[in-house]
Amino acid sequence: MDTIRINKKEYTVAVDKEMPLLWFLRDHIGLTGTKYGCGVAQCGACVVHLDGEAVRSCVTKMKRVIGKEVVTIEGLSEKGDHPLQLAWKDVDVPQCGYCHAGQIMSAAVLLRERPDPTDEDIDDAMTGNICRCGTYTRIREAIHQASAMQKNGSR
Amino acid sequence: MKILAPFQKRKTETVNSEIFSVSRRDFLKVGGLLTGGLVLGVSFFSCDDKKKNVVTVAPNIYLSIASDGKVTIIAHRSEMGQGIRTSLPLVVADELGADWKKVAIVQAEGDKKYGDQNTDGSYSVRMFYRPMREAGAIARLLLIRAAAKEWQLPVEECDTENGQVIHRGSNKKKDFGELVETAQSLPIPKVEEIKLKDRKQFNMIGKETAIIDLHDIVTGKAVFGMDAVVEGMKIAVVKRCPVVGGMVKSFDDSKARAVPGVIKVLAIKGAGLPATLSKPLSGVAVIAENTWAAIKGRDLLEVEWDLGPNAAYDSAKQIEQLKLEVAKEGTIRRKRGDFNAAKTNAKKVIDHTYVAPYLAHATIEPPCALAIVKNGSCEVWACTQNPQGARDVVAEALGFAVEKVKMNVTLLGGGFGRKSKPDFIVEAAVLAKETGLPVKVLWTREDDIRHDYYHAMSVQRIVATIDSQNKLSGWAHHIAYPSISATEDLSVLQASDGELMQGATDFPYNVPAINVETHDAQAHLRIGWLRSVRNIPQVFAVATMLDEIAEARGVDAIAQALELLGEDRSITFEQELVKTTYPNYGEKIEDYPWDTGRMKKVIERVAKESGWGKTMPQGSGLGFAAHKSFLTYVACVVEVKVDQNQQVSIPNVYYAVDCGLAVNTDRIKSQFEGGAQFSASLALKSMITVKNGQVEQGNFDGYQIIRMPEAPQQIHVHIMDSDTKPTGVGEPPVPPFTPALCNAIYAATGKRIHTLPIDLKA
Repeated sequence: MDTIRINKKEYTVAVDKEMPLLWFLRDHIGLTGTKYGCGVAQCGACVVHLDGEAVRSCVTKMKRVIGKEVVTIEGLSEKGDHPLQLAWKDVDVPQCGYCHAGQIMSAAVLLRERPDPTDEDIDDAMTGNICRCGTYTRIREAIHQASAMQKNGSR
Repeated sequence: MKILAPFQKRKTETVNSEIFSVSRRDFLKVGGLLTGGLVLGVSFFSCDDKKKNVVTVAPNIYLSIASDGKVTIIAHRSEMGQGIRTSLPLVVADELGADWKKVAIVQAEGDKKYGDQNTDGSYSVRMFYRPMREAGAIARLLLIRAAAKEWQLPVEECDTENGQVIHRGSNKKKDFGELVETAQSLPIPKVEEIKLKDRKQFNMIGKETAIIDLHDIVTGKAVFGMDAVVEGMKIAVVKRCPVVGGMVKSFDDSKARAVPGVIKVLAIKGAGLPATLSKPLSGVAVIAENTWAAIKGRDLLEVEWDLGPNAAYDSAKQIEQLKLEVAKEGTIRRKRGDFNAAKTNAKKVIDHTYVAPYLAHATIEPPCALAIVKNGSCEVWACTQNPQGARDVVAEALGFAVEKVKMNVTLLGGGFGRKSKPDFIVEAAVLAKETGLPVKVLWTREDDIRHDYYHAMSVQRIVATIDSQNKLSGWAHHIAYPSISATEDLSVLQASDGELMQGATDFPYNVPAINVETHDAQAHLRIGWLRSVRNIPQVFAVATMLDEIAEARGVDAIAQALELLGEDRSITFEQELVKTTYPNYGEKIEDYPWDTGRMKKVIERVAKESGWGKTMPQGSGLGFAAHKSFLTYVACVVEVKVDQNQQVSIPNVYYAVDCGLAVNTDRIKSQFEGGAQFSASLALKSMITVKNGQVEQGNFDGYQIIRMPEAPQQIHVHIMDSDTKPTGVGEPPVPPFTPALCNAIYAATGKRIHTLPIDLKA
């Protein structure tokens, strides 16, 4: 049996293995926090973590995911209290809100790899995430704030 | 029922009495028409007060107060990122004196009883600020009367605060919830009886309030149109005719049907021509168990099209043709003085043609709608800006009475005018009726980019004359673009009054001779409206030309703007218009005059905040533009840096805005931040082109949106303090940014921009 772990829960995969992970998440197991935006890895609305790496679930086929560990926005933290989620709320980042699951998931990998990112690091990590409402300045501010929170928390 | 652009109709509704006369028993008649509601996100749509011991009182259609102290406020306008689901309810809560922590907000379905719900044209706050205050004040008076009755004390000595009625003299307090039963026995106060709060008494209005959906958004729980799910739902993806007006001739669905999960394939009847602002395009729908199967099936469809009369359309060729057109004499729409004489007597004539491309809305959530049709009724969940309009056209398409259609409104993943048009909702309803299945129609990104209601491309020529006194003596503005009106009526070939009002006929400056002339331009696509609409190309042309004029005159651009606005006064345009009206965004000019003093103040403020006039390093520059749109005054200064590779970066953007009384200052700032980015996208990145009647771009690789590394880095928003009636801020930030950027690029590089998107390497 092909299985994957999503947000610490085991799922059996009984779908076309060519199906992108995005549609498995949204249509088959009801995790609609991960969004469809382009289907071709251009906008970042669908970013999830696959074995800890940020991947675009719209182009990640199920066959690549089998046996692996997936984390979506719903599983990023237990109470919605990941430093990025807290900082996002503190800075009141979102406008329409649609792209922000992808934004936060991209930023989470950045913060793990670079706990104290420069503006340039943020540009590099976030360039694949489009925000059509244009919340970029607040996204940057929230990432810096989350970085500071993370540092203070770990001390 | 026709869908109209929000600026095409006069606002005739008298909001107040009509709304408050609606029976309060109508408050939140909940429960699905056909289902128990969504599988996901039930609390977004319905009141979860099912506890039997809770009683409520609803003083009017917008709020109810429960005996457990909870205040439920209706958000009747669509939320697409502007914050309206927070900003109007907070007005009710503030006037009521509610405890915001005990307020629950419920999204209204599309229903006339709520008054205007067409969320468009930046008028939610403008139209509903006062009714919302009145709704809150009626409830406040009712609760005060209930407390006064219980306490046997005079009403005048009581007040509300933080979810309680308080008696000043005795320090008596009672929670709202404890007063519900007494309030139920009292008559509902009339609007004439209430006294609105003084500005000093506000706790929320004029301050920063976080949006109510924040937690749901950052945890992935927020429900957008794309996320609506009901039991047994199927997914439809549609192959639409690549040319507007074309029709399905025949199709072979054998390969599509062979895809596991595909259930049905059927044609959707399109509007043909005119394409209309409400009807679907001709196409073939693949209905499947899941999205992936539907997309795969759609890709395998073989359709033969009758492409129709637009099959040879080439947008680049039309732009070239329009450049020739605007060099001729056009139809005069505004005339002041004698432009030809000014030109004859001019010391200098500046003559430029400005070109801007078609644009797609590219809402990050593409259009999406879910419909169920059963037993002669239809229930819809959709990311719609216009729930009443959508409800009407769905009813018409299905042949149902309007009452048989329930239109639930989800969150919108962006709107920008695209989701005002209900074509995608009609698709879902028609497919649900024909199949008897709950159907969600999902537009892929390619569908969205290729089948939009486009922001029209535009060719504008401005001729300016400078006389021997070094004064700007003449201004001729020639305009050619396909009109939005042509989407409903192909005989329309020139810009409508409502389009011209946006940066052309409303030219406010003291110039002795003014001509505004329109020229023929045929529509070959579905033309719609996009955030700030015709203000975009018209102000791009006008404000970059003004900068060039200032340079030619050897005067500072901001000094020139103040000079040309002249003394503080209200100006009108009607007397100079020729067979043209000035709709003033649907408001009477007496109620919302064009006030040169207010415009001058925002210009002076932005000059101060930006350090206008300071010396800039090599390769850097400041640019200025100011524009009033949607009745809000905006001035903008952009700082730009251009490196040796002609790469543009934007370290700072400065805005000053006068939108009357500021309701939620944080959301005003966020609209300006986003407005600058939206404008930066169209200035630097976005372009739709058409060949053989077909849009050439298909996704974000071809149709580009600004990304973080190139996005404006700091956006400083200065809100003027004001007591005046509030006006909207969703669209007004967009128009002045692009010309201010162009003018900054000129200051930095010496290159004038006449064509969008900006290409410094060209």
